[in-house]
Amino acid sequence: MRLRNLAILYFLILPFFVRASPVATIRVCKDCEVRTITQGLEAASAHDTVLIEKGTYEGVALEIRKPVTLMGKEGAILDGKSQSYILRILSDSVNVSGLTLINAGRSYTRDYAAIYLSRVKHFSIINNVIRDPFFGILIEKSHKGIISGNLVTSNRIREDDSGNGVHAWHCSGLTIRNNELSGLRDGIYLEFVEQSSIEDNNSHNNIRYGLHFMFSNHDKYLRNIFRENGAGVAVMFSKFIEMKENRFVQNWGTASYGLLLKEIYDAEVEGNTFHENTIGIFIEGSTRINYTGNHLERNGWAIKVSGGCYLNIFSANNFLSNSFDVSYNTKMNDNRFEGNYWSGYSGYDIDKDGVGDVPYRPVKLFSYIVNKTPENIILLRSLFVDIINFSEKVSPVFTPDDLIDNTPAMKRLDYDQNR
Amino acid sequence: MLKILKYTFADLIRSRWSYVYLAFYLILGFVLLFLNNDLSKAVITLMNIIVVLTPMIGTIFGIMYFYSAREFTELLLAQPLKRSTIFIGQYLGIALSLSFSLLVGLGIPFLAYGVARSSEIWDFGLLLGVGAFLTFIFVALSVNIALRNENRVKGFGYAILLWLFMAVIYDGLFMISLVMFDDYPLDKFSLVVSVLNPVDLSRILILLKLDISALLGYTGALFQNFFGNGWGMFTSLSMLFLWSLLPVKLLVRTARRKDF
Repeated sequence: MRLRNLAILYFLILPFFVRASPVATIRVCKDCEVRTITQGLEAASAHDTVLIEKGTYEGVALEIRKPVTLMGKEGAILDGKSQSYILRILSDSVNVSGLTLINAGRSYTRDYAAIYLSRVKHFSIINNVIRDPFFGILIEKSHKGIISGNLVTSNRIREDDSGNGVHAWHCSGLTIRNNELSGLRDGIYLEFVEQSSIEDNNSHNNIRYGLHFMFSNHDKYLRNIFRENGAGVAVMFSKFIEMKENRFVQNWGTASYGLLLKEIYDAEVEGNTFHENTIGIFIEGSTRINYTGNHLERNGWAIKVSGGCYLNIFSANNFLSNSFDVSYNTKMNDNRFEGNYWSGYSGYDIDKDGVGDVPYRPVKLFSYIVNKTPENIILLRSLFVDIINFSEKVSPVFTPDDLIDNTPAMKRLDYDQNR
Repeated sequence: MLKILKYTFADLIRSRWSYVYLAFYLILGFVLLFLNNDLSKAVITLMNIIVVLTPMIGTIFGIMYFYSAREFTELLLAQPLKRSTIFIGQYLGIALSLSFSLLVGLGIPFLAYGVARSSEIWDFGLLLGVGAFLTFIFVALSVNIALRNENRVKGFGYAILLWLFMAVIYDGLFMISLVMFDDYPLDKFSLVVSVLNPVDLSRILILLKLDISALLGYTGALFQNFFGNGWGMFTSLSMLFLWSLLPVKLLVRTARRKDF
């Protein structure tokens, strides 16, 4: 009877051992057998976990050349001694999580980063804290990875001695999610990055851009918050991008904007909120873009259109209390405005279908004049300006004839403001 | 002079219009703060009103009072008093009572909403200071007009025209010249032109202190540079002083020579 019980127990437990045996967990702590991370990494074989207990460990250019999981318990700190990289990940399938990385090196000639990944696949960088790095997470020529829940903070003042929070170059299939990035040069910088998605990040108080996007096609960024960055968010030279439900808040300064679109083709800008930016959306040379359901409130210029923008459609957006709703620097217009709500609209709706019966002209005469002679901006808020704007509204002479919203909404379109 | 000032001040302070003016500012202040509850936004809205309204009220009030107090003035002239004393006394009486209405009318609601404890206190102080300056300037100008024109309708016409010129037409000419001379460097020119007109100067002084100055871009940066340093601030303040002193001087001269 006892023997039989034992036999059953043996067979019950056996599978666990069989499965567990190839994947070992190596503990690293101050009084363990393995005391440094280098030793831990040496001792580990492929797909092992190196578990780092609470404590501060030296971490100067630690190279990971095997597919391992590096997991930090609460209070596990890697100190880079201000020398060079902290972690260099050079193998596929590496996971790094729960670590705090401090004192990464800083250089004017090398791109030192707290976590550096090069030519790898299937990686994940999760829930790490990186304090005052040069570059936070630097990814080169890597594919299919997750960067999630990381906090990268710095307090740099000058652009030239700071790096980017998450910097990806020639990558594809990245998911960058739930990270918080602040005090860096660019919060997130993507160059030649394809098929990636950037979601729910909070990028704020960076010196230059909250998000900087170059030559990156087929990407989407959703539900991010970009607040009080030096110049806002810049998206340049890219195709097929989806920008949805992001918030661009208080990017305020003489050379600042919520969102800059330069040489962008076939993009969707949908359901975003632009609140108190000097320029809400600054568009230059961008074509076939649909702006739908965005909420633009209390910006200096809600939308500023520079040359070479064709076939853009602005529909069902809210324009509320902006100093200028739309600014154009050409007389030619190939873009359409339809069904937007304009807080400056003073028309009527006799048949009560919710659509104003009088077209709305979003370009004020003053904004036209300012575009011609920028010095005129000094007359902002002068009584004379109100008078000429009014007279132009009554009988338009200077502003482009076809730049009108024929179906302005009578009521503010209802979007969830708290998302 | 102090006695005349006191009489004029007391006379005006008791008049209905002073109360209406005071009540207007009180209500305006409370309504503004009640509607958006945001001190800095209220300061912006207030700026628009102050820059346009205080010169207008100063002009109209000044000329109205001066015409209606003509008998009293003639009575005073029969006394052994210096003419400059009489007219400066009256001028200061009007200007002070109007400024008093402005300061009290706006001060009470803003103090009640805690401006003293917020960072807006300097902007708000500047706003009130500028309002008081504009009142003094435009009352002096309008008293000048009243002295030179026996015909009341004509006097009123000139006064309104003066206000219209300073608040509206000047900016129009400014804008036209900027557009016309587009090809030339205009920053120094625009700086000089805007410093010359007290209404424009006040508007820009306040604008530069507010968040909205970011909209001004390059030109704004230039102005910020000028007004930000001690010399620029000194120039603009002395310009406002000059604008309030010169009309008074002119007033004294005209009064001395005038045959009543």
